Amino acid sequence: MIIGTLTRYYLLRRDYRQYPSYPHGVVANLALGFIAAVIGAVAVPALAEKEFTAVTFLALAATQFREVRNLERTMLLNLDSMQLVPRGPEYIEGIARVFEARNYLVMFTSLLVGGVTFWGNIFYGLLAGLIAVYATGWVMRGKVVGQIATVREGKVYFEGPNLFVENIHFMNLGTEEVRNNYRKRALGVVIEPRDDNGRATLANNGQRMAIAHDAAALLGVYRDMDTAEFTPVVRRHLDTGRVALVIVPIEKDIAFLLEAVKRVPVLESALRMPLKNPVGRKASD
Amino acid sequence: MNLEKVILAVITLDRDKVSAGGAPLFFASDKEEQEKIAIYLARITEGVIHDLENGVFILVKH
Repeated sequence: MIIGTLTRYYLLRRDYRQYPSYPHGVVANLALGFIAAVIGAVAVPALAEKEFTAVTFLALAATQFREVRNLERTMLLNLDSMQLVPRGPEYIEGIARVFEARNYLVMFTSLLVGGVTFWGNIFYGLLAGLIAVYATGWVMRGKVVGQIATVREGKVYFEGPNLFVENIHFMNLGTEEVRNNYRKRALGVVIEPRDDNGRATLANNGQRMAIAHDAAALLGVYRDMDTAEFTPVVRRHLDTGRVALVIVPIEKDIAFLLEAVKRVPVLESALRMPLKNPVGRKASD
Repeated sequence: MNLEKVILAVITLDRDKVSAGGAPLFFASDKEEQEKIAIYLARITEGVIHDLENGVFILVKH
């Protein structure tokens, strides 16, 4: 039980960037993790005593967590409309899914520990717990953009009123004032997919919104409600599948921007693997 | 159908390049005035100014 809660805490620590982790958010997460842990921990002894209601409780808990995921999604979507650079529905779906999955993992961890302790002894239980905590960390790691693509700086320039990074067209900006701001402050990042899988994943609009959001969240954006032209944008080069981000940050620091982009999680719902299918493999050459 | 991008206003130097359409028209006498009107309108409507490179600016809600 305790180990389950600790697992949740451990997973929670890596939440900060992805989740608005106010004190209350943390408490809510911990409490749910605790409940999951308790349910998992008592399940095995209860089953051994031929108390089959325990199974019902497990099912009940699963339903509850699904509900929580729903709540989580609704809340984040509502908050999203108030953000200068929205996360996008796809990112939110990802967060909600992770949230649900983490609770299940907590449940399984304590189920395992409970089981081992019941049939073995507390020492084996602790050992199993440690392994489980390590394993969940590994399972929930997920990929980041830096793993599927190379990230490097790109030159930001104008051709007439049109904004480019390398040769990727972004948008048409009408006023000299705005263009000067871009020349002075903007940073461009080119994200080059390593293979066709990466290319298909980066093509996903939700993934691109996630990149823009994370970059903006970490470096700040030079914009307010009424200056839509400074919204960070991610565009794709159709011939090569390269993707570029242009952002007008508050902290103009390319090294950190590159690092930020590399660490953007690859969204589960955006992940595409055409190379795993024979047709996709043939089409790629 | 849901229209996401809408032309909110047209700010032009040349009266012959545009005609009355869905969006309100603003005539400017020079480039400076045109930019100024465009910026004001952009701030008010939260739109983005685009340059059609023929003396016509359009304001688009994205």
